[in-house]
Amino acid sequence: MALLEIKNLQVRVEEREILHGLTLTIDAGKVHAIMGPNGSGKSTLSHVIAGKPGYEVTGGEILFKGEDLLAMAPDERAAKGVFLAFQYPVEIPGVATMTFLRTALNAQRKARGEEEYSTPDFLKKVREISKQLSIPQDMLKRGVNVGFSGGEKKRNEVLQMALFQPSLCILDEMDSGLDIDALRIAADGVNALRSPERSMVVITHYQRLLNYIVPDVVHVMSKGRVVKSGGKELAHELEASGYAQFEDAA
Amino acid sequence: MNVALVKNDSVPAASSVFSAAQGRLPGAGKVADIRREAFAAFERTGLPHRRIEEWKYTDLRALVREVLPLAGSPEAAALARAKTAIASVAIAGAAKLVLVDGVVAADLSDLSALPSGVTARALRDVLSDQTNDARGDLLLTKAADPMLSLNAALATDGVVVTVADGVQLSSPLQLIHVATASKAARYSRSHVRIGQGARATLVESCIAADGAGAYQANDVAVIWIGDGAALSHVRLMSDTADAVNIASELFTVGAKSKLSLFNMTSGGAVSRLQAFFTLAGEGSDLIVNGVNLLRDKQHGDMTLVVDHAVPGCTSRENFRAVLDDRAHSVFQGRIIVRPDAQQTDGKMMTRALLLSDEAEADAKPELEIFADDVSCGHGATAGALDDSLLFYLQARGLPEKQAQALLIQAFVGEAIEAIEDDALRERVIAAAQDWMEARA
Repeated sequence: MALLEIKNLQVRVEEREILHGLTLTIDAGKVHAIMGPNGSGKSTLSHVIAGKPGYEVTGGEILFKGEDLLAMAPDERAAKGVFLAFQYPVEIPGVATMTFLRTALNAQRKARGEEEYSTPDFLKKVREISKQLSIPQDMLKRGVNVGFSGGEKKRNEVLQMALFQPSLCILDEMDSGLDIDALRIAADGVNALRSPERSMVVITHYQRLLNYIVPDVVHVMSKGRVVKSGGKELAHELEASGYAQFEDAA
Repeated sequence: MNVALVKNDSVPAASSVFSAAQGRLPGAGKVADIRREAFAAFERTGLPHRRIEEWKYTDLRALVREVLPLAGSPEAAALARAKTAIASVAIAGAAKLVLVDGVVAADLSDLSALPSGVTARALRDVLSDQTNDARGDLLLTKAADPMLSLNAALATDGVVVTVADGVQLSSPLQLIHVATASKAARYSRSHVRIGQGARATLVESCIAADGAGAYQANDVAVIWIGDGAALSHVRLMSDTADAVNIASELFTVGAKSKLSLFNMTSGGAVSRLQAFFTLAGEGSDLIVNGVNLLRDKQHGDMTLVVDHAVPGCTSRENFRAVLDDRAHSVFQGRIIVRPDAQQTDGKMMTRALLLSDEAEADAKPELEIFADDVSCGHGATAGALDDSLLFYLQARGLPEKQAQALLIQAFVGEAIEAIEDDALRERVIAAAQDWMEARA
């Protein structure tokens, strides 16, 4: 069954069309990889799904669990289960990570009509998750991502994923800026969250990340469209032959 | 450039206010002479206007226009309303000193239940005490300013507080100004003396009782901090949205002392805190933090003059303004380093967060340095909320207003965190949150 259906999506940024009628279906419980060269529109796609301002959708639609995703504000999308792991998570000085996590979790629960977490339950849950991800407790007292290394920032994204339990995770270039050890820790965290109730979209330029997070389906993007889809072997094929073969297809 | 001044009759109106007030002003003879001289000094300029450098951004002649008549002595009904208002700001365990419309309200104050080592008298009693030859000094200040002069002329009352040498107060002293009158003015003048080696927290609040509005407040505090003493002074200006509050504070800091001042202004149509600091003893630390939370057409001004008169003192000024709608915030900071004041370390930073295109923030840092071995600096920023931070928070499920509120809270939090007392800091954070919730 499809969790996310993107049909003929056309998107402009400042008068320039980036996505030219992109069609893509993400199945429930599957890990999809989206690969493609720089400038193919991968990050634009992730931003449009999450609802980042500055993108003008001029055609097409996105259905999430059958609902019109584009009609929702970013916070509504989050409450419905959409989670974007940022390529470059921002630093928010003055907002303690714990405060941020609790405010966000309770805002999502409130939007869904669920009870807010009590403090002890919340603390217990965060402690559990941060232990699994080797995130020290004193990091959670600091401002969000302030003074965090690249690896710590990505782990903090995975921590949020584990806490919010979204049904769709979009990982935007999760491997950028990470060494192998940091990548492995982050990828292990992501793999632990794989479940039949959760789909993942792993956006990456390089095949390397897909050695750690092995996808069920691979899509190739070029010039604002999905030009080829296949199994995980497609990623290896790309690694060997490069993206040039798709430049004309697009 | 020819700057047009607002023409009005503030001086003639003020003189009739002064003559009408004569029967209400404590102190005869020498005190009355000082009042007359002070009023003459005020009359030379009238309400300060943009041609007076210190008032360039807060032109009272345009913003306030007139000097209102003195509020009457509060009667029983007004005191009852004041009592209700006080309940919302009273700190459990704190000794309260309450001024209603500029007059000490003995029944609402804990004058007889002060901690040991602390004394407090009403200014009007001290000014009326013919045996005290120095009583007139209570109306004199080193700094010259039209609004200080007007206060000296018209001060009806205030508190004169002494914390004895070596006394360590565990709970705060609370000075509460309550307005109950409308379309009337109050002038109070208080003196606080923190003895050598003493330690105290002074919380000052400006509030209004139900039904009060469009009043003018002019409160002066003269604060002396002895050698080796520490004072944490927290002020909250929460006047009605149509009120005018011009507050002046004058500090003299002894050697190896610590003064921390925090002010938050969220009320008032026109508000100003002007604070004058003289670092008079070596090795002292001054920390000033200010927050303006303004909306609609509110005008808020924090003006600081720090005089490093001796070597080896540090001063830190940190000011944050959050401005919505057509609000206008002013920060003026002057650091003076006298020729003898070597090894001075003075820094100031002012930052404004503009939530609307029509909001205005003015910053005027000034350094006057006459010594050569000093470290002084200033910085200023003004800008909107960061869109990338807002989107991050929204993408995590925070609705837009809540995301903004969290970022605003973080912005002012860096100033509020300077309040060391946990309970007091929480109180100020809650007051800032109230302001943000009123936005949503």
